[in-house]
Amino acid sequence: MSIIESAVPLYAVLVSLLATVLIGLSGRYPNVRETWTISAALVKFGLVVSMLPAVMKGGVIQYNAVSVLPGLNIAFRVDSLGIILALTASFLWIITSLYAIGYMRSLEEHAQTRFYMCFAVALSATMGAAFSANVFTLFIFYEIITVSTYALVAHDETPEAVSGARRYLTYLLGTSIIFFLPAMVLTYIYAGTLDFHSQGILAGKAPAVMVAIILLLYIVGIAKAGMMPFHLWLPSAMVAPTPVSALLHAVAVVKVGVFSVVRIVLYVFGVDLLAGVGLGVYLAYFACLTIIVASIMALRQDNLKLRLAYSTVSQLSYVVLAVALLTPSGITSSIMHITIHAFGKITLFFVAGAIYVATHKKYISQLNGIGRQMPFTMSGFTVGALSMIAVPPVGGFVSKWYLAMGAVEAHMLPVLIVIAASTLLNAAYFLPIVYAAFFKEPLPGESPGFQEAPALVVAPLMLTAAGALALFFWPALLLDLTRTVVSLVT
Amino acid sequence: MNKELPILIIVVPLLAAVLTPLLGKLRRELSWWAALLTTSACFVFSVLILQDVLREGKITYWLGGWRPPLGIEYVIDYLNAFVLVIVAFMAFIGAVYARSSVEQEIDGHRTPFFYAVYLLFITGLMGIVVTGDIFNIYVFLEITSIAGYALIAMGRRREALVASFNYLIVGTIGATLFLLGIGYLYLVTGTLNIADLALRLEGIYHTRAVATAFVLITVGLGIKIALFPMHAWLPNSYAFAPSVISAVMAATATKVGAYALIRIMFSVYNPEFLTAGAYNINYILLAFSGVAILAGSILAIAQKDIKKMLAYSSVGQVGYIVLGVSLMSLTGIVGSLMHILNHALMKGSLFLVVGAVVYRTGITSIEGFKGMGKKMPVSMAAFTIGALSMIGVPLTVGFVSKWYLAVASIETGMWFFVPVILVSSLLTAVYFWRVIDNIYFKPAEGDEAGRGRGHGVYGDAPGAPGVKAADAPPWMLAPTVAVALLCLVFGVYASFPVDVAEKAAGILLGEWGGLHVNN
Repeated sequence: MSIIESAVPLYAVLVSLLATVLIGLSGRYPNVRETWTISAALVKFGLVVSMLPAVMKGGVIQYNAVSVLPGLNIAFRVDSLGIILALTASFLWIITSLYAIGYMRSLEEHAQTRFYMCFAVALSATMGAAFSANVFTLFIFYEIITVSTYALVAHDETPEAVSGARRYLTYLLGTSIIFFLPAMVLTYIYAGTLDFHSQGILAGKAPAVMVAIILLLYIVGIAKAGMMPFHLWLPSAMVAPTPVSALLHAVAVVKVGVFSVVRIVLYVFGVDLLAGVGLGVYLAYFACLTIIVASIMALRQDNLKLRLAYSTVSQLSYVVLAVALLTPSGITSSIMHITIHAFGKITLFFVAGAIYVATHKKYISQLNGIGRQMPFTMSGFTVGALSMIAVPPVGGFVSKWYLAMGAVEAHMLPVLIVIAASTLLNAAYFLPIVYAAFFKEPLPGESPGFQEAPALVVAPLMLTAAGALALFFWPALLLDLTRTVVSLVT
Repeated sequence: MNKELPILIIVVPLLAAVLTPLLGKLRRELSWWAALLTTSACFVFSVLILQDVLREGKITYWLGGWRPPLGIEYVIDYLNAFVLVIVAFMAFIGAVYARSSVEQEIDGHRTPFFYAVYLLFITGLMGIVVTGDIFNIYVFLEITSIAGYALIAMGRRREALVASFNYLIVGTIGATLFLLGIGYLYLVTGTLNIADLALRLEGIYHTRAVATAFVLITVGLGIKIALFPMHAWLPNSYAFAPSVISAVMAATATKVGAYALIRIMFSVYNPEFLTAGAYNINYILLAFSGVAILAGSILAIAQKDIKKMLAYSSVGQVGYIVLGVSLMSLTGIVGSLMHILNHALMKGSLFLVVGAVVYRTGITSIEGFKGMGKKMPVSMAAFTIGALSMIGVPLTVGFVSKWYLAVASIETGMWFFVPVILVSSLLTAVYFWRVIDNIYFKPAEGDEAGRGRGHGVYGDAPGAPGVKAADAPPWMLAPTVAVALLCLVFGVYASFPVDVAEKAAGILLGEWGGLHVNN
């Protein structure tokens, strides 16, 4: 494994921070302002891609930015695991930016400058989290994401938005301060370091009881992963404008959450340590509980965005479940699902936004026959839904396949039953929407004519839907990167 | 020249305090210049002293050449230098800020006296820090307190007089207890020099008189630093004092009191006395600090007036400082010292911002902060940084001290203080977030049109309705921003102050090996 010293990861983080300043300065010239967003997204993606060849060869790119205190460094470390999240988030930011322009301008939203500024900060922090070399750096960027997205959730400034945003902040900041932070302090005291290592840093350093306590603190403290009982912030966040729900609450924020769990499980504890003390099993069943309960909650939602939010809660726990199996296939599934779910779910949210822009409809019960009005949008929805259910030929199938194999490898047959049950539940809450959209008659008094959303709204969702299909047919890049991680940690 | 620095830093502001009203007779403007020049000179002296200490370790100065213990000795090591720089810096910041703020809040004919008393106040604070003589500490404590009563009484509203009078009564009781304690020590040892006291007290720490002296001194200082439940004087004093005084007092006065407490605890008395024996004094202090941390935060949540909210929050922060020193470990003391720096910067910047709001609008209620993000964008950014630091968000200086305090709690086996610190951080987030919400996410009165949809395709771009920005005048804005930025600078480059704090803590603990850790 070759180690390369380079500041490129730092630039990848900073580019959207610079954009934030430029966006703020050009608030009076909307087209210039949006140009900054798009250029930052392109440059950021370019920088991430430029690091890909070295990482594909198994290299690690390191950069030590600042030493705050002895043992507390802000340092970056680009490896296969990190670059998967970075690639996913920075690629989808480009598409979401286009979508956001279409969405925000169509709805004539207020405070757009603040919106684009906070969006750019959140993406900076997402890169930072993906490239973190230690728990401290991860924690910092985790918190920056929370604070910068607060403004986006509170965007409407209606009492409903403000109270939703407060709950969002209370859950995320509260759990991270009360649980994540002490977990970090304990890790530091026992391991003497916070730097990630592919075999873990706590092995042989802390007694088994302490390992269990620290793991519990981390799992509860990383509420962004959406594990019950601290999942309620995600439905609350749905008051945000749809581009925010799409990129941040289906990709950046929640994926940083599960990414942090994966990172900490594999690189702080290590597969051997957790398997040795038998903690993986408990974590797996804990995740199973969230998968099933959240799916049932999703069934009961009539608000489309809320149904998607509960579906996200359930899908995030797939990632946690898969890594908790602690087997090669399980870890593979866990990492791949981060990207695969991202493409599927962002498509679904784009659809929800497109429907709102075109028809101002929010509820599933209003969607009868909408497939005739919005054929492109609803075919995108179908692809996203199939990915969630894990039907071939959509990406979702690939990660679920590995998950099932992981469960067999770990000899945990109950997990297989959970996977089957949750697949059925997924079908139960997505397929009726598809059916209603294409095969039911429209409600009386509604025109069945063609009424698509603006091109800037529809094109992005077609692109992400195509991405979800592509992940089934060409998973090679993702699989290669994942295999590098798996070979190091097991 | 360098050898005279410890006395210069006292004599220069003391003389200037006398000259300022005279200069003010010539032209009022001159009294501000006098205060500015004096405080900036003091800041330069303090930095030079810190440099000397970093080079030589410890510097002493004998007043009038009289040899201690008969003469008065000024002794400066890492701890004094650390606190001295903070005090001198905040005094300088206050002087810059005072120009516009005092012009508006204090009657013209009284401004020369204001600056004179301000300089006396600063002299007293710096005197407490540089002296190595325990009776001298009392004298300077009285100078600073009396100047403080006068400064608070100059507040705009009539309540300021009552607040000042309250503080005078309580403060005098505190000073008297402190003096009684010194009396006991003098009776037992016949000396007032701190180093000499430590030598002569060796072996008789647990006699009743010496222990009683400790209790009297600690309670006396407890009142001065507003350790809960001896905090009652503080909220009204801070709330009704002139804006600049609220800021400077919050940033320096309680910190210097904490310094005196640390000196007494570790230089006059020692860790063996505090931890062993029948009293277990450090547990008592720990209990008080834990209660203070939580009570201060809870009381702060209940406030509607922003100055009172910040004042109650100070009560909680004093708890942190006492917590760290009472843990009796190197990490804990470093945490305390960092919190002294940290609280001076963050609470200083917060009070300075509030002063700017008062200058522009006259409002001190939390409700009045609605829509301020548009009216005073730079000031509010400074407020946000201060608030984040209070919460203890990483990359701000607030995180550094809380990190050390949490690590120290676990290291000494007092892990139950970790939840105390965390819960109080959350409570801090609660009371600051109400303000942040008002600043950025609520429209100002009469500006309801500024939100919702229908702002044209380009959102808030051209022609959007909004409030014209009118931030504080530059003399107020520049020091505020400087202090707020320092919260970030020391949050990222914490190694330098931590280095000094570690050396100071090392000297305080001396040969002492530490508590037995039972984990």
